[in-house]
Amino acid sequence: MRTLSYLFIGIVFGITMFKSEAASWFRIYEMFKFQSFHMYGIIGSALVIGIVMVQLIKRLNIKSFYGEKIHFNPKAKSFNRYMFGGIIFGLGWALAGACPGPMFTLVGAGYAPILVVIFASILGTFLYGVFKDKLPH
Amino acid sequence: MDWIYEPWPWYVAGPMIALIMFLLLMVEKNFGMSANLRTMCTLCGAGDKADFFKFDWKTQRWNLIVVVGAIIGGFIGSYLLSSDTAVAINPDTITDLQAMGFNSAGNAYLPDELFDLSALTNIKSLLILAVGGLLVGFGARYAGGCTSGHAISGLSDLQLPSLIAVIGFFIGGLIMINFIFPLIF
Repeated sequence: MRTLSYLFIGIVFGITMFKSEAASWFRIYEMFKFQSFHMYGIIGSALVIGIVMVQLIKRLNIKSFYGEKIHFNPKAKSFNRYMFGGIIFGLGWALAGACPGPMFTLVGAGYAPILVVIFASILGTFLYGVFKDKLPH
Repeated sequence: MDWIYEPWPWYVAGPMIALIMFLLLMVEKNFGMSANLRTMCTLCGAGDKADFFKFDWKTQRWNLIVVVGAIIGGFIGSYLLSSDTAVAINPDTITDLQAMGFNSAGNAYLPDELFDLSALTNIKSLLILAVGGLLVGFGARYAGGCTSGHAISGLSDLQLPSLIAVIGFFIGGLIMINFIFPLIF
């Protein structure tokens, strides 16, 4: 049952990524050129609703579907890792035109070359794991 | 119901993403797709090479199922819910891209130059895809999250680290498109 709920959420996510064109390389390029409101509208509206939602969950102490308290994971305080990691991610996001959600959506949509991006991103993650202790965090 | 076959406008897509985050919170999970790349490393045996990959992958099994769903969703969105997948980007953007050699701009979902099957036999296209993927994977883990984990989940929870990361995403993206694209295209 829980497995089916994750699968359902994933399917809705995949359809949304494809149909909103957030999985399109062209939309990412257009966003970084500031030539369209589309991507800003998507992220911005998700964010406004998300902020209200998180505040309501916290203030009204809304319980999960299974009756438990909902936990948020506060991220460790730092500057370097978020800024340097963020810049490296942004360079790749603009080049490949896909981030780690939409890249899987594009597999289902039948674009075989996206598999190169996926394998390379797994390798990139591996390299981070290997060099983690040598990087400023 | 014809609207469903058209591209979804931002005011449909944004609330849908918020709904996805809400549903995940309600089943006690946190929205973050790049964590799956780490899990995949662990499944490939990376735990032998670095402690970072020594964790019980079963705690992330749910997220891998979300990935399977995202693949199925891509198939449904593309083959069952779309009549024409050409992305109607800004005409100025199309002009820019065509001048750079992206002739498919305005007529396709993804540039043929990078995502058509023929790209797999083109060294330059392969390099672009591989370097792009490498940076995405490395950067996402270094930053502790990607677009879903930081720009959506983290910012929704008003976390400063996520704001720093998102500013970083944009600095990186702007450097790539304004300074590096003119060198490679």
